[in-house]
Amino acid sequence: MGILGWLVAVPALSALVVALLPRRRPELPLAVGFGTSLIPLALAGVVFWQFETGVADFQFVERVAWYEPWGISWYLGVDGISLGLVLLTALLVPISVAASTHITHRVKEYVASILFLEAGLMGVFLALDLFLFFVFFEAILVPMYLIIGIWGSERRIHAAVKFFIYTAAGSALLLAGIIALGVIHTRQAGAPSFAFDDLLRLDLDPTTQLWLFAAFALAFAIKVPVFPLHTWLPDAHTEAPTAGSVLLAGVLLKLGTYGLLRFNLTLFPAAVVDVIPLMATLAVIGIVYGAAVAIVQPDLKRLVAYSSVSHLGFIVLGLFALTAGGLQGAVIQNINHGLTTGALFLLVGMIYDRRHTKAIAEFGGLQRSMPLLAGFFLFTSFASIGLPGLNGFVGEFLVLVGSFPALPGWAAVGAFGVVLAAVYLLWAYERVFTGEPSGPNVDVADLSGREIAVLAPLAVLMLVIGLYPNVLLDRSRPSVEVVLDRIEAVTGHSVATAEVDQTLAVEP
Amino acid sequence: MSGELTWLIIALPLGGAVLLHFLGRFLGEPRAGWLASLTVGASFALSAWAAWPFIQGNGHPEQHLLFSWMPEVGASFEIRWDPLSALMALVVTGVGFLIHVFAIGYMHGDPRFHRFFTYLNLFTGSMLTLVLAGNYAMLFLGWELVGLCSYLLISFWFTRPSAAAAGKKAFVVNRIGDFGFMIALMLIFASFGTLSYPTVFEQAAEVLPEGTATLIGLLLLVGAAGKSAQVPLYVWLPDAMEGPTPVSALIHAATMVTAGVYVVARSAAIFELAPTASFVVAAVGAVTALWAATIAVAQNDIKRVLAYSTISQLGYMFMAVGLTAYVAGLFHLMTHAFFKALLFLGAGSVIHAMGDLQDIRRMGGLRSRMPVTFATVGLATLAIAGIPPLAGFWSKDEILGAAFAQGGPAVALYLIGLVTALLTAFYMGRWFVLVFLGEPRWPEGVEPHESPRVMTWPLVVLAALSLVGGFVNTPLFGLGLEHFLEPAFEGVTLAHPPEDLLTFLLLAGLGTAAGLAGVAMGYVTYTRPTWERFEAGLGRIWDAWSRGYGIDDLYGRTLVVPGRRLAEGLAFGVDARLVDGAVEGLGRLVARLGQVVRGVQTGLVRSYGVVFLAGLLLVMALTVWRAG
Repeated sequence: MGILGWLVAVPALSALVVALLPRRRPELPLAVGFGTSLIPLALAGVVFWQFETGVADFQFVERVAWYEPWGISWYLGVDGISLGLVLLTALLVPISVAASTHITHRVKEYVASILFLEAGLMGVFLALDLFLFFVFFEAILVPMYLIIGIWGSERRIHAAVKFFIYTAAGSALLLAGIIALGVIHTRQAGAPSFAFDDLLRLDLDPTTQLWLFAAFALAFAIKVPVFPLHTWLPDAHTEAPTAGSVLLAGVLLKLGTYGLLRFNLTLFPAAVVDVIPLMATLAVIGIVYGAAVAIVQPDLKRLVAYSSVSHLGFIVLGLFALTAGGLQGAVIQNINHGLTTGALFLLVGMIYDRRHTKAIAEFGGLQRSMPLLAGFFLFTSFASIGLPGLNGFVGEFLVLVGSFPALPGWAAVGAFGVVLAAVYLLWAYERVFTGEPSGPNVDVADLSGREIAVLAPLAVLMLVIGLYPNVLLDRSRPSVEVVLDRIEAVTGHSVATAEVDQTLAVEP
Repeated sequence: MSGELTWLIIALPLGGAVLLHFLGRFLGEPRAGWLASLTVGASFALSAWAAWPFIQGNGHPEQHLLFSWMPEVGASFEIRWDPLSALMALVVTGVGFLIHVFAIGYMHGDPRFHRFFTYLNLFTGSMLTLVLAGNYAMLFLGWELVGLCSYLLISFWFTRPSAAAAGKKAFVVNRIGDFGFMIALMLIFASFGTLSYPTVFEQAAEVLPEGTATLIGLLLLVGAAGKSAQVPLYVWLPDAMEGPTPVSALIHAATMVTAGVYVVARSAAIFELAPTASFVVAAVGAVTALWAATIAVAQNDIKRVLAYSTISQLGYMFMAVGLTAYVAGLFHLMTHAFFKALLFLGAGSVIHAMGDLQDIRRMGGLRSRMPVTFATVGLATLAIAGIPPLAGFWSKDEILGAAFAQGGPAVALYLIGLVTALLTAFYMGRWFVLVFLGEPRWPEGVEPHESPRVMTWPLVVLAALSLVGGFVNTPLFGLGLEHFLEPAFEGVTLAHPPEDLLTFLLLAGLGTAAGLAGVAMGYVTYTRPTWERFEAGLGRIWDAWSRGYGIDDLYGRTLVVPGRRLAEGLAFGVDARLVDGAVEGLGRLVARLGQVVRGVQTGLVRSYGVVFLAGLLLVMALTVWRAG
């Protein structure tokens, strides 16, 4: 098994180990879970380190036949599009575990669920066989359902069921679409295959493309979520325990955007070109609508949840602009949103641990009692608002400026989301942190050392990516160009822009 | 050559901010303040050294690539070093240094002393990023970072709800401007394939049709109007006075608010192709100048008078750059930085002395108690009133002259500018007399005293600059600034004031007369004890001015409240009832179906199964249908 196989196997094995820990040692699961989750982080670091920049192909590829009659294989690989997401997953899991000390009920099962979830997420981002992809895609549902349903807050069962049914409905369509591709492959090549590169070679007529695009896109649009399929998200995010929200927002939503980019844009290029106006419109509605709805949420966690609808809208807009800037922006915004929204959910969780409420009206003046937490919150808020110099800006600016030549009206309206983001986050900050604290807001302990350690890596990354995004952009560039070239080759669609000027240092 | 080290001009204050952020607490007071001042002072020295070739007249604009940022949209960290950035850097670091030093005294005893200087240094670094940027993306980086610092410093005393609200208001209103600004950048990128200055400026004439150039110009104006507090986006600046007074001097008078003027000047090559956009800039400036001056007349807060005055003076600068009299606009930007910083610091000195009292109706008679503040601020008052030979006279005269010389509709702008000059002299006279002259009207227990030396010597330096600063560009003693700036405006047509001596003298005479008349009216009215009756006698006009024409209420009624209602309607009506209602309803329907199909007991697995099967059957059927 190659290093990518271990990235999937280690969390799964760790989950097993944690599940077998003796029940009379309740302090062990978190420690063991945290310790073992550092292994995938180290492995992901190695992958990042050895990843060859400038190469579009999949790297670290491993392939073993799994069920040959159906042409299914254990087929993994990583390219610039999935690399960042693998890193993000590997980073957010140990952070989520470390932020879960408030869990006291069935800790063992809780940690095992998180680790099992990680295995599924790694699998989804690495799988190059669509059947394998689907197996991981479905496997994720179970631990996430448990995390929301068992360790969530008051309305957790409702939220969990809604999450489950909603995404399962999408999954069914996805499975059908994948099977259809396998059947078509049998018809065209004589044998079934679900390998991504095999399916890329299929000759699909435009109508088939449209149907299959719809099946895939619906499944992924629910995950993203694209307006109007988003209402599972606020419920699930708000009811989930902190770690659940972090992983849900940080990584799970990206299954949708990743799937759209990896499969929809490449497998069905003819359909893509037809649906640009529809998808761009839904994306922009999501940006503005999500932000507007976030402004008036009375619950801090729900506010952050709706902000995700807005931020993910940028990603979808970038994807369907089909420009280098738009796609690169979408790829990096995947990571950025994971970092900033992950951090915001962690912070809301830390406030909840102290005050046992998430209602904005209950807070006030917390900067006086918790200057450090307030500082982290403000820093993260500005990253999320898209302040240049921090990471959120890079993604949104690339998406907006990069999309404009292709979708000028949409990009211009989307830019209004940036105004609204300042409104909902700074107004929330004002109500929660400023003013003179009173009552239960006076004596609140500031961040502990553990909590600082949980937040600091995220904050550092927000700054690093904000100033030097090429650490990611350089690696994803070739893979993104391949996608664009393919669409242009098949459909002749390309966006006419002035030639991008790369010579920057100029004359005396 | 000297330009290769220019990145240090930005890095020094930024480095200071980082250092202070982590170590400021251990440095303590006043060392944290001195460290911050030192970095800005060093930046000033470096700027002066690097600007030397331009001063000598043998420098060339330089562009230095530091490292790549977002290559897909032609954005990188690169420095533009030309006379325009040099002038801005000198003003920002020079005036900034004096204000830093002043703040060491002003912020004495504040528990978050080191934090204040962290932000002040961060601001200076950000402002320098804005003016030294070599492309529009990096300019936008600085543009937003100064907005951040403005937010942090306005709400520095965050336990005051009014300060926190003012900080947020400033950021949000600026973001509305940024919305336009960002679309301008998108258009520039779509037209040129990059955001880098040299390409944009060199190719503008061949690439941009007039329509696009006009659109870009107008969108840049939207951004500039936000940052530089022009009509209709000026409403955040008066509230920004909640910040500590050195902040008002540095950010909200001398430097950050001039960024809009800078952007228009920087984009001269684009505005060259868009005369309509240029004229709109000038018109917005003229309207703002007059509008804000009338409001300034009736303010009673020592800082709010100055805030509206700043808006009004920025209006002059917009008028200048809109008339393509870029040198005049930048000239006024510079002299205004001197005398307005001085006025604000003087106001700070007074507030300090009066124990945080800010109502000028409760002041008076401070002349003898605060001789240094009195003398220096008096000089600044005359400078802003446009009395020769002080700095403000020369720069304002050049703007008015350029408007007059242009003729046509610009003559209307000239007249507005002249009336504004009269009003400016009047409200500054009123302000000065009420604060320093006449009988004391202090509340009991207030014992005013002159500020410590660390606060007064910056006043003296600024007074000297307000006195002689105008001589860098006069028709009588040489147009130094114009020659200095020329290389930055190569290929751009510059508007000039009339060149024949007679017209010049006539216009200068009219301007001086307006200034003198205004000051005299202010002096005569407010040295009399009956001044309160004078104000009351103006009735509703005075009332409208003192409420700022009720614009804040108007925006509240027509934008903020309906906006919130709309958001609430979306959130609790559309989203909760309609969109989610449909989903929940469908969910119940599926559950019911499950019951019908499988009897009474139901559960998650069953619903899942039903949905899953239904979907599977659907697509199977489809595949078969397509195959057949």
